[in-house]
Amino acid sequence: MKNKAAVSNLVEEAQRKKTRNSWLLSAPALLVLAFAASGPLLIVLVYSFISSGEYGGVVWKFSTDAWFNVVFHRDIFDDKIALADAHIIILWRSIKLSFFTTATTLLIGFPTAYFIATRPRKTRNIWLFLITIPFWTNLLIRTFAILEVIRNEGLVNIGLQAFGIIDGPIQMLYTDFAIMVGMTYVYLPLMVLPLYASMERLDFNLVEAAYDLYASRRQVLRRVIIPLVKPGIIAGSILVFIPSLGAFVTPRVLGGGKKMMLGNLIELQFGAGRNWPLGAALSITLLVLVMIALLVYVRTTQRNSGSLQ
Amino acid sequence: MTSTVNKQKPFSLKKQPGFGLIAIFCFVMLYAPIITLVIYSFNAGKYISIWEGFSLQWYVSAWNNEAVQDAALRSLVLALQASVYSTILATMAALGTTRTRSFPGLTAIYVMINQPLMVPEIVTAVALLTLFAIIKTATGIQGLIYLVLAHTAFCIPFAYLPIRARLEGMDLILETAAADLYATPWKTFWRITLPLLWPGIIAGAMLAFVISLDDVVITEFVKSSGQETLPTYMLGQLRRVISPEINAISTVLVSLSITVVGLFFAIDKKFGK
Amino acid sequence: MANKSEIVQEEFDKSAQPAICAERITKTFGAGKDKVVALDDVCVAIRKNEFFTLLGPSGCGKTTLLRLIAGFDHPTEGVIMLHGKDISQLPPYQRSINTVFQSYALFPHMTVAQNISFGLEMLGKPKGHVKETVSEMLALVKMEELRNRRTDQISGGQQQRVALARALAPKPQVLLLDEPLAALDYKLRKEMQIELKRLQHETGITFIFVTHDQEEALTMSDRLAVMDAGRILQIGTPRQIYNHPLERFVADFIGSTNFLSAQVLSNEGRRARLKLSSGKEVSVELPDGAAPKGSVTAVVRPEYSLLIADSEGEGHLQGVLENIVYFGTDTHYHIRLPDETMFVSRRQNQREDTEAFRVGQSVSIAFKPNSVQVLRD
Repeated sequence: MKNKAAVSNLVEEAQRKKTRNSWLLSAPALLVLAFAASGPLLIVLVYSFISSGEYGGVVWKFSTDAWFNVVFHRDIFDDKIALADAHIIILWRSIKLSFFTTATTLLIGFPTAYFIATRPRKTRNIWLFLITIPFWTNLLIRTFAILEVIRNEGLVNIGLQAFGIIDGPIQMLYTDFAIMVGMTYVYLPLMVLPLYASMERLDFNLVEAAYDLYASRRQVLRRVIIPLVKPGIIAGSILVFIPSLGAFVTPRVLGGGKKMMLGNLIELQFGAGRNWPLGAALSITLLVLVMIALLVYVRTTQRNSGSLQ
Repeated sequence: MTSTVNKQKPFSLKKQPGFGLIAIFCFVMLYAPIITLVIYSFNAGKYISIWEGFSLQWYVSAWNNEAVQDAALRSLVLALQASVYSTILATMAALGTTRTRSFPGLTAIYVMINQPLMVPEIVTAVALLTLFAIIKTATGIQGLIYLVLAHTAFCIPFAYLPIRARLEGMDLILETAAADLYATPWKTFWRITLPLLWPGIIAGAMLAFVISLDDVVITEFVKSSGQETLPTYMLGQLRRVISPEINAISTVLVSLSITVVGLFFAIDKKFGK
Repeated sequence: MANKSEIVQEEFDKSAQPAICAERITKTFGAGKDKVVALDDVCVAIRKNEFFTLLGPSGCGKTTLLRLIAGFDHPTEGVIMLHGKDISQLPPYQRSINTVFQSYALFPHMTVAQNISFGLEMLGKPKGHVKETVSEMLALVKMEELRNRRTDQISGGQQQRVALARALAPKPQVLLLDEPLAALDYKLRKEMQIELKRLQHETGITFIFVTHDQEEALTMSDRLAVMDAGRILQIGTPRQIYNHPLERFVADFIGSTNFLSAQVLSNEGRRARLKLSSGKEVSVELPDGAAPKGSVTAVVRPEYSLLIADSEGEGHLQGVLENIVYFGTDTHYHIRLPDETMFVSRRQNQREDTEAFRVGQSVSIAFKPNSVQVLRD
């Protein structure tokens, strides 16, 4: 008869073997990611604390100049310390435009998601298909398409002039407005899809109950539908806000170098600006902003969830 | 008094005023720019504002453009490699992290696998630039390998998600039944798990392919001079006079995207639960 | 309550090796205050060529025990033996035991024939043999026409038969069936019960059958084990279990029973004399090794009692008839006893048009000889 200890080890042994297999299977992916995704972030952090090289690159000497230069500027002539206006403006533009983009995509995306969710089952897939296609179209192509639409010789201006509404072209390109339009266009599906996912699960019996209790359409929207799809609203907002913060292509193409966002400022440091540590410091700043946004998201969903939607 | 015939429409439970209009406006707004792009790729003339007749000249000139050929080939080779490698790695990772009891470190694995989705592309691009700069000066290795590595890495979460989703929907009882019928773990994997997982793997590979093909930011930073992919080529072109060749290339890429999304929906319909 | 289960020995050739022997099996899940004891020191020996049933309510551990025998999980303590060989360490693909799952678990990407041939292929049998066996199995479960059908295109009853054929094809030494008839409608279930008995006889394979349906267990089993809360309470043939329940739970779970409190007046060897609440005495046969004293609980089945109208002194109990329920085949009489408990008596109807008794009548209840059982509690 087997003794107790030997037999109970079978159970533990099986569990240990399973865990070991899990690690073995995940290891290759984790190694690649550690090398080409997570690991390099540490290098960036380190770079932000060393000196800039003359012609780009770095000199391995400790320095906090980069961090200082994120928000401050030491005049090379009279050594006075002032705010780095250009940087502050860019930081502010990034945050501002990201908020506006999120708001706009929400305003347009909410009715759209609702529309799709309330179509009959048969046609619903077609609408989903239609909203998914722009999502999988190249970001650059979509930005370019908007460029073609809003530039001075573009669709909107030609159209308005043809109808005699305006005399000369309105300068829309290379403005904050252009960037916002571009980002809204590009990130709209990212707002619609999670909203749709939430709305698809909406139990319209509750809506019916609200109407039964004398609510008006607006009240039903405000007090029943919106609260019930809150997880979708939050998820969509995060999915738009975070990429907007780190946008690079859209402001470059539509802002034309005059209106920069944080992404472009970072790129500058690795190009003409030749200040890699500053670029590193700015990258970490962006990362921190994103982490804060994610934390807010996690906190809000935890507070709002009894059940996971 | 004549009896009143009820002419009212039945009460629509789901209708919200103005929503339908905004939705239609949204769809129009989403497609108008792209459709304009596509239409003008067939424009015989050079300017977007003036339609000079139907012509395929821009497709022809893009096709013959050596720079375009080079970039397109490189994009394709890169995307194929990235999707194959990332799918294999993601499949293994999914098998190790799904349908299993929680063990210490599992959350850390999730975070690491999904990290490319959370970190802004520009930050990853910068990070890779600095890392590869160090490696290049230290070892002198050049070539496509850096791009392949970078693309494989950020494609992993995209391949992982559909594979994991499919795997979670597969009841473990089937593998238990196979073991009951004398199948060793390896045989169970080949004859039961893999065939049933296959649609998820295909979906993951397709996703990874499209993501790699479309990437601009990371590729722009990691590439050496002369190593253009289609997106970086187009980005470069946007700095100069915009030739309608770009429209033609864009149309081709858009068609590719539509095809892939279509296949994706078709597979989901056929095999999804 | 006994700690170690008993095996009721009867016409059992002690020299024959049992097919499955579970010795002192304990299975616990979790730890600390989340700890769940699914099986507690369980012992059972199942004989070759036997149709053996594990019977009990949900959560009693019967499925857990089945999984341990199959090898899908390991016991926390204890040993599983197959024909005398210790298989506790072996993985399921090295045990000559096959399972018919409750949800059938047919492979959706394979046809009926491919499902059935799977086990044989895994064992590396030659192609000719595989083909032959598959045809044999299809004939056995009467599914020949569906051989090339995909498994998601056949009905529930058909899926069940494919699951059976698949598990029988490799000719295992033991077949485990985990509530295989639960998802079928009544008529189909009755048909399949007969089918299963026939299959067991024809193949000669030891069947271990798990169910919560006591009627199913009584009709199909050669022997059965009644389980509750991780323990085996009693093992025996259907007749033994029905007529001689040893524990309160067994008496209650199988069929319906009347519980009577009684006092032991005397006992010698295998017989005892009890005094009932009415004052009357009755002689009972004692189960093995029992030597009850003082207050005991006695049980008697409704159909082993007779009503006598309105008598003095006859019968074992007196009471007032509170309810008469006519069932077509039987009539149930509900009698209120002086101690406020209810006694139910059952009588098979003869072809009469009138009822002999009326509600409110005083009646006597007489027990058929040797129909009273003493419980172990």
